[in-house]
Amino acid sequence: MKPSRSVTLIASCLLVACFAVSAMLSRAVNGLRPRAAIEDVLYLKSAKTLRWLSLGYTGLMADIYWTRAVQYFGANHFVGAAHFDQLAPLLDITTDLDPKLTVAYQYGASFLSPPPPSGAGLPDQAVAIVEKGIRANPDDWHLYQCLGFIHYLDRKDYAAAHQAFLRGSAIPHAHDSLKLLAGRMAEKSGDIETARIIWMSTYDTTNSSAIKENAATHLVSIQAMEDIAGLEKIVDLYRTQTGHLPASFRDMALANLLPGIPLDPYQEPYVLNSDGHVQVRHPEKYKFLERVNPDGSTPAPSAK
Amino acid sequence: MNSRVSAIASNTFREAVRDRVLYNLIGFAVLMAGAAILVGQISVDIEKLVVINLGLTAVSLFGVIIAIFIGIGLVSKEIDKRTLYTVLSRPVQRWEFILGKFFGLAGTLVVNTICMAAGVFLAMLYVTHKLQPSDASVLAALYFIVLQFLIVTSLALLFSSFSSPLLSAVFAFAVFVIGSFSGDLREFAGAQSGASHWVAMAAARIIPNFSGLNVISMVAHGEPVAANLIFANTAYTFFYAAMVLCAAVLIFERRNLK
Repeated sequence: MKPSRSVTLIASCLLVACFAVSAMLSRAVNGLRPRAAIEDVLYLKSAKTLRWLSLGYTGLMADIYWTRAVQYFGANHFVGAAHFDQLAPLLDITTDLDPKLTVAYQYGASFLSPPPPSGAGLPDQAVAIVEKGIRANPDDWHLYQCLGFIHYLDRKDYAAAHQAFLRGSAIPHAHDSLKLLAGRMAEKSGDIETARIIWMSTYDTTNSSAIKENAATHLVSIQAMEDIAGLEKIVDLYRTQTGHLPASFRDMALANLLPGIPLDPYQEPYVLNSDGHVQVRHPEKYKFLERVNPDGSTPAPSAK
Repeated sequence: MNSRVSAIASNTFREAVRDRVLYNLIGFAVLMAGAAILVGQISVDIEKLVVINLGLTAVSLFGVIIAIFIGIGLVSKEIDKRTLYTVLSRPVQRWEFILGKFFGLAGTLVVNTICMAAGVFLAMLYVTHKLQPSDASVLAALYFIVLQFLIVTSLALLFSSFSSPLLSAVFAFAVFVIGSFSGDLREFAGAQSGASHWVAMAAARIIPNFSGLNVISMVAHGEPVAANLIFANTAYTFFYAAMVLCAAVLIFERRNLK
């Protein structure tokens, strides 16, 4: 039987109209629903139950839970949340389902460890998840590196950081920087050079473009911090020689203390304030800029 | 394979294709393309893992569903349509009919799996831009999935040889689920003592060992699959599927078709 043209037309129009209305209503329903009520719920807390429900396809289930952990952290981080209550359980379930998913230990720890708003501010839980990863993957030196970073950056436990880097450096084919970092932790843990080695090591060893970019931003900030500390020393020298502060870098160059106008890592001229302090022209480009103490140490190594 | 078995097998294959079974490939292609493109945006550093895990899990589940839902109808449909009488009135033995049906559906599933495997490798190539030598272990996982299909197909045929399609589907799916936990059942048996140990151990031996055929997580992490595991799983599947087919033949030989 030939389909009626008018019925086809009416049915098609109705289909489109009903779809549009249902889509709008669905949006309205989502708007009315309390956001956190659903997202902050762990539907299933037991990895064992999930393992059963997945019919043995645990790899895919772990990927789903890892993606959920990333989304949970991202969504809460985006709104500046102070609490990330479900993050550690989500990571625990993920790594129970797939103990070889090393990315969940590494990134998971970097979500858990830094203080809010950068992270969940739970360095002890971050240590626990990485130690769990090390038990499951004892030959992966990246996990020891990650553990060392948490102890160094967030727990300020330099002895534990030294131990972590030392344990990692003993693994065959571990990156050379682990030995270097173990040494630095034992000698001079809080100085800027150690921070440079930490981020250089991260930059050299990661395969993730996001982590590489973060490490590069840290390295640029560290370079600027060193430049500023050096320039302020020259400003002091100028004041000692002339009895007053320089009005500009040009004055310092004329006094043969500088070869020219100093440029920051982004090739923009540094700014000399009237009080003798030096700063970068665009501080927003330097996310991790801190002042360097006269002894070369930073007030607190940044873990962001 | 004798000519009668191969004739029934090729007809079964043709019928499955005519029933649009291979249309599932469209759904699979959409799933893989979506995973390859989207996962990088919603997760961190697991693009390749997801493509392998999702791809192989989908290959396995799509195939198991096809094996069960086509397999359960292989005998009952022929009886309902009365075409079985036409076939058996010719010089075709009942065991040849069962074997032909088995090979026909197995062939359909192999073709389906080859197409899906191509999709998995294309998606892997899309997310990594270059295949590694360790990716060859994905082929071993795909081979194990095909072995899994052979067992499921034989089970569906067995249930189909004496039960209604609905009950056959329930039985076959139940055995698939239980078989997926055969490893846990063996662990449970090991932890028991006395009669419960022997009962659990016997159950673990009778149900198909699907957990031994699942190496998806392993290959997703680039771990190689040992040659002796491939050999052992091949031999296990051959003997298990042969055992189930023998049971199906024994039942079907005695079935009153009037």
